[in-house]
Amino acid sequence: MRLEPISNPSLARRLGFPAIALIATVIIASLLAALAGANPLLTLGLIVKGAAGSKFALLETLNRATPLIFTGLAIAVAFRAKLWNIGAEAQLYAGAIVTVILGTSALSAMGGAALPLIALGAMVAGALILLGPVMLKTRFGVDEVVTTLLFNFIMLLLVSYLLEGPMKDPMGMGWPKSAPLEKALRLPRIATGLRLHWGFGLALISAMLVWFVQVRTTLGYEMRAVGLNPQAARFAGIPVNRVLVKTALLSGGLAALAGFSEVAGLKGHLSLDLSPGFGYTGIIVAMLALLHPLGVVITAIFVAGIFVGADSMSRAAGVPTYIADMLLATALLLMVLAIGLTRFRVVRG
Amino acid sequence: MTPEKPKAQDVVLRLDNITKRFGALTANDAISLTLHRGEVIALLGENGAGKTTLMNILFGQYTADEGTVEAFGKPLPPGNPRAALAAGLGMVHQHFTLADNLTALENIQLGTVSLWRAGLGRSAARAKLARLATDFGLSVDPDALVGTLTVGERQRVEILKALYRDARIMILDEPTAVLTPQESDALFETLRRAVATGLSVIFISHKLHEVMALSSRVLVLRHGRLVGEVATRDTNRHALAALMVGAEVTPPSVAPATPGPALLSLRDVSTRDMGAAPGLKSINLALRAGQITGLAGVSGNGQSALFDLISGLNAPQSGQMELPDHPANWSPRAAVAAGIARIPEDRHKTGTIADFSLTENAILETYAQVPFSRKGLMDWRAAEAHTRHLIATNDVRCPGPSAPIRQLSGGNMQKLILGRVLEAAPKIILANQPVRGLDIGAITYVHGRLLAARNAGAAVLLISEDLDEIMGLSDVIHVISEGRLSPEFTRGQLTAAELGLWMAGQGFTHAA
Repeated sequence: MRLEPISNPSLARRLGFPAIALIATVIIASLLAALAGANPLLTLGLIVKGAAGSKFALLETLNRATPLIFTGLAIAVAFRAKLWNIGAEAQLYAGAIVTVILGTSALSAMGGAALPLIALGAMVAGALILLGPVMLKTRFGVDEVVTTLLFNFIMLLLVSYLLEGPMKDPMGMGWPKSAPLEKALRLPRIATGLRLHWGFGLALISAMLVWFVQVRTTLGYEMRAVGLNPQAARFAGIPVNRVLVKTALLSGGLAALAGFSEVAGLKGHLSLDLSPGFGYTGIIVAMLALLHPLGVVITAIFVAGIFVGADSMSRAAGVPTYIADMLLATALLLMVLAIGLTRFRVVRG
Repeated sequence: MTPEKPKAQDVVLRLDNITKRFGALTANDAISLTLHRGEVIALLGENGAGKTTLMNILFGQYTADEGTVEAFGKPLPPGNPRAALAAGLGMVHQHFTLADNLTALENIQLGTVSLWRAGLGRSAARAKLARLATDFGLSVDPDALVGTLTVGERQRVEILKALYRDARIMILDEPTAVLTPQESDALFETLRRAVATGLSVIFISHKLHEVMALSSRVLVLRHGRLVGEVATRDTNRHALAALMVGAEVTPPSVAPATPGPALLSLRDVSTRDMGAAPGLKSINLALRAGQITGLAGVSGNGQSALFDLISGLNAPQSGQMELPDHPANWSPRAAVAAGIARIPEDRHKTGTIADFSLTENAILETYAQVPFSRKGLMDWRAAEAHTRHLIATNDVRCPGPSAPIRQLSGGNMQKLILGRVLEAAPKIILANQPVRGLDIGAITYVHGRLLAARNAGAAVLLISEDLDEIMGLSDVIHVISEGRLSPEFTRGQLTAAELGLWMAGQGFTHAA
């Protein structure tokens, strides 16, 4: 058995295989539900209902999608330039820490007008977190997969230290969480009475901006060239290392916005459970979206829906919520396989 | 070689109506051939004519869509390399398949010893190897690490590897591409001896003089079809060339040059070694206006170091590179700005970005300039208009400017690269293997553009491993060997054999 590349895959091929992957995912999920002793159709129905069955459910899904859009964009931007940023989790927490520090500082006297400044500060922090690993890569050839991944653990330990020490909420009854932001510094709701905050709007705007950067700007052209063929890019005179640094700044900044939006929009304070692995799930989101920034919005909502739906299904049907993780992992594996099959043909001999 | 007519029972290999298609492309179209005991047949054809595909089918790497292969009277199961080896077929690839970190003996034994056997049977292997070496005049130190051997020695290891497995049919794919003329002669001597003992050889080449010297029969492939089969003694180089390309070939007529001042000079320039590839060793070179400087040499002797230096990828470790308005920071972009047109050796990996469109590739060197980029924004309309202009003026056959460049043939890809770098009438042109792998039409086009640029006053550096190309186009010739540069020879000053001696590294001690 060998793989033969197809130079011009047909539309049927490009849509057919992902569709088959989706169907196969549903079948496997049904088997898992059956294994847990529940009616598969009922279980899947409950997931869909829990994710989008009511206005409340839908808004909950969009709320959950917000940080995933940011981390998904961060990953998509970096991966497009073949910069393997596995550290969106660390950059998210860096953004969250700065949001809390600035949001509880003298800046809070400015009220809502301080929010853009705080967001900017968060982005700078996330960008700086990724800058170190990228400099190590461009200067010494250190593998950024390792360094960015390890930064996640360093960051979690730092947050843990901060919450037990300097940033501990004096009114927190001993819980490891920071002091809350001023009410004026919370991101407003998109409409009164809706639980959806403006972080979601910011995420949509970010996705459109990233898309614009990629297709219309000189930097976007450089980033794609470096990602597709660094050797040819360097030969042609594209400053490869400088492009990688700029990519890192953009990627780290986007991931940090996830932290900003979770603190200022949802939680109001910093805690160790701020992110249930949004940085890692962002990789799935970006890969499922084929690294397309607008696709990231769609896959982030899809992935968030599975999590939210599985939560609610679990309460009703008694199937463990872990089914959400298994569903996503299956979806990702099958989708990667499907994408491979759209570009390659399996031949015998 | 066998002067008498071979008999039918001597047939060792028979290919019958082999057809192989890749999508719309028919790589092999109903090819039949027979090979007799003790015979050398040459498979002649341009790159892309289907020679390699045919051999891959023979060896079971590909399965033919139609047709059968028969070795020593027995059908060979398709798609089974192991069966091909067991049937007595041996192949010496153009790119060697040896492990650098093993000795010659270990390489030769590799794959012949069962995993379940305790010992390696090394002494028996050594004895067999010694016998083969004397029988065929292939002297190789069995205990030398392959990584330390010269290219010619490595090829001997490859041949010994096939002989060690008792190959009775040997296939050599462009065996002289990496050899000096002298090493090639030694190889031919070995092959003649092997043939005298009953070995049969299929010799793949596109070098006509070698085909004439070695083979008893020539089969010519063109566009996947067998277009001619002639006894070597009944033909000549000219007739073969015509068969190969389908038309009479006329070598480019080169009027004498009127050289101007040096536009780029290297003085005692040295660069670092890059792994196994040597750097430059204190070389002096002047590229003059209105002149083509040919750089001959066996691949991997410092050509890349010189190309990388002038194209901006590397800076000299010592010595000076002089060109008018020498920029402070030497980089690829500085080289482009200095008016150096660069045609890289590998157009797929270095010259273009395969998944980029023609437009995106056409502006690869100038994307940051007006009109393509203004205030950080790309003007794709201007870029596409420029690409359409390049496509039209360089006769690039393509679906359109937005098609990915990987869909283009090598020749059309090269035409776009030529258009890209020659559009701004550069003062200096750096061409590294500019016609490798191209068909005759594209070769003529590329050579025509280089000559036209030289006549218009550009200084051209032509790096090539093909002596015919160097001797046909260059006004002056240097030879490079292990990073050292020979003195400058004028056109026609040296014969191919004399250049071959320089390529083998002789003469440098007196000159350097």
